[in-house]
Amino acid sequence: MKAGLKEKVVVGMSGGVDSSVAALLLKQQGYDVTGIMLRLWTEPGKECENSCCTPEAMTAARRVASMLEIPFYVIDARDLFRKEIVEFFFDGYRSGITPNPCVRCNQVIRWGFFLQETQNLGASYLATGHYARLEQGRDGRIILKKGLDEGKDQSYVLSGLTQEQLRATILPIGDLEKRVVRDIARNFNLPTAEKKDSQDLCFLAGDDYRHFLRRMVPEILEPGPIVDVNGKKLGEHTGLPEYTIGQRKGLGAIQEPYYVLRKEIETNSLVIGKKEELGSDTFFIETMNWISDISTSFPEKAEVKIRYKAPAVPASISLRGNGAICVKFDNKIRDITPGQQAVLYDGDVCLGGGIISQVAYK
Amino acid sequence: MTNSVYFDYAATTPVSPDVLKVMIPYFSEIFGNPSSIHQWGQSAEAVLEKARSRCGKVLNIPSENVIFTSGGTESDNFAMRGCAFSRRKLYGADEIVISPVEHDAVSKTAIQLRDEFGFVLKILPVDQFGMVDPDTVRNLLTKKTAIVSVIYGNNEIGTINPIAEIGRICQEQNIPFHSDAVQAAAHLPMDMVRDHLNLISIGAHKMYGPKGVGLLGLNSISDLLPVQTGGGQENHKRAGTQNIPLIIGLAEAFYLAQNNIEERNARFSYLRDRLICKILHEISGSQLTGHPTRRLPNHASFVFDGIDGNRLLMYLDARGFACSSGSACKVGSPSPSGVLLALGIQPELALGSLRITLGDKSTEMQVDALVQALAESIQRMRK
Repeated sequence: MKAGLKEKVVVGMSGGVDSSVAALLLKQQGYDVTGIMLRLWTEPGKECENSCCTPEAMTAARRVASMLEIPFYVIDARDLFRKEIVEFFFDGYRSGITPNPCVRCNQVIRWGFFLQETQNLGASYLATGHYARLEQGRDGRIILKKGLDEGKDQSYVLSGLTQEQLRATILPIGDLEKRVVRDIARNFNLPTAEKKDSQDLCFLAGDDYRHFLRRMVPEILEPGPIVDVNGKKLGEHTGLPEYTIGQRKGLGAIQEPYYVLRKEIETNSLVIGKKEELGSDTFFIETMNWISDISTSFPEKAEVKIRYKAPAVPASISLRGNGAICVKFDNKIRDITPGQQAVLYDGDVCLGGGIISQVAYK
Repeated sequence: MTNSVYFDYAATTPVSPDVLKVMIPYFSEIFGNPSSIHQWGQSAEAVLEKARSRCGKVLNIPSENVIFTSGGTESDNFAMRGCAFSRRKLYGADEIVISPVEHDAVSKTAIQLRDEFGFVLKILPVDQFGMVDPDTVRNLLTKKTAIVSVIYGNNEIGTINPIAEIGRICQEQNIPFHSDAVQAAAHLPMDMVRDHLNLISIGAHKMYGPKGVGLLGLNSISDLLPVQTGGGQENHKRAGTQNIPLIIGLAEAFYLAQNNIEERNARFSYLRDRLICKILHEISGSQLTGHPTRRLPNHASFVFDGIDGNRLLMYLDARGFACSSGSACKVGSPSPSGVLLALGIQPELALGSLRITLGDKSTEMQVDALVQALAESIQRMRK
């Protein structure tokens, strides 16, 4: 093979426009580029509907790779994904929370198993088509910033990554707007130029997660009481995993506009209430992944996202014992959900993130 | 790609310059249709029949018994279907006997004949090397056997079957015997009379000839139902205007492959045995698949404990070595090879298969470098 003139980069290719353009840009920048698609788990019988590793997506990625004259491979990660992500998804619902499998997948599959694979292949970097930016700070630390196209920003799903993982990463399209990415793809006649954005939760293959749980783990859907904040029984629920916090519809025979306030796992009860009872101003993150350095200055103020598509809202941050942190907003925020990733920002800079472990209710 | 070393000659070979040279005039200069009356057609027919005669000579059969096809797969399909249908019509014979290590072109055709056309399919036993014991063939033959098919040299595990002995047993009972010799014809001297073969499948691209052309050789068998119908080409057995340049290429490649066999095989088997020896010695948890000695001279195949064969191929490709596996899968959902399972290899182990096949450009230095890259890759994968 060629002597080490060019640095080797593996691009995680999904058959979509973003990763295709990521590969193209790296190739133009002179890297020795290899494309790899991860074959992830899909419910048996639905393999053709998974948003990112269908036969069509694979063909598309293969075509892009051949146009760019880069090698392309598919790695079987189905068993690992089933074990690490789908089980995590079930476990989350089993314990009464609403898990975020995408953040976990990035930590364990993409920047775990896959990063290791790319290094085994002799690559210096793993590149992906995420809309987020990486810079190196004066202290040598890697700074994770929002994508320039704020509407497409994906720093949220990368907020669980460590410095070591980020250091081995290139995000070639983080400083581009989505429409520019599409324009580049069109200019190079990439067959993926007009491909629709993928939805999250690839393994659901477009299905409702409730149906999926009912098929796969019916035993975790245990009916129980619907109660108000005073514990008064108002009806029956069909299993806590089937409800989301803030949900209004589907609460059975209850007439007035009621909302899901929270879930009480110990008694398997669904607590509902009026609109004015919704929300909380305080929650806790038991295990925080800090991307920025907090040893010199702790960020007492930050903007916080409580879900992927939620706006970043200013909050006060305080450190508790054992490294847990407390996030306090000025006003109540609706639908803070245990299990979801909360991500802290200072402007464009992603300070870090962690799973919401507990929400305080007055 | 140019810096990558090719070790996948059983998948396909490059067309040799000598073969390409003889093909070229027949694309645009001598382009006539051999079925035409005029002199353009006559010249094409002359070279077609010359090619047929060359192939017949190599196989030791009359030239009119050579039917040109689009390749090994078509020949296998033709032999199985053509023989099965014809024998059932003529004699009520509705049983098919094959080995469990056939190429898909034979086994899937046999399965279709069973599932869609009502034939009875009988599978011969094989030993741990994937070899058929001729005595077991005798046990399965009945008055209703329409065809027996046993692969000559196995594409996945390299094992060479005792074709002549099986052929003799079939001949004693007047039962048509077919062999897929697509791999073997590139390395072993072919002789349909010596081997008591009634039907043989050959493809050009495994022996430095072009893709898309092959032949079905027939010996003392006339009743074969045409599978492709149309014009009267190929003795009314296989319709369609003959692809003259490809057929010329096939005849030349086959002739060259059947010459200097011993000299070439001495070189190949030296490299093959060096490869096998080094891999089994230097890589723990490695096991040879197929027969240790009665195997194609250019063929080495293995299974490795705890290894995903497809990932291994990617690791090797990234290091500049092109190999293959029994479960080759480009879409990331490999299933263990039926051939390896038939040898009694456990499914998990069968997923860790590797096939290395040598060719005219392979050198000792390349072999040694491959072993080193393989050892390093496996070590990394097991970490």
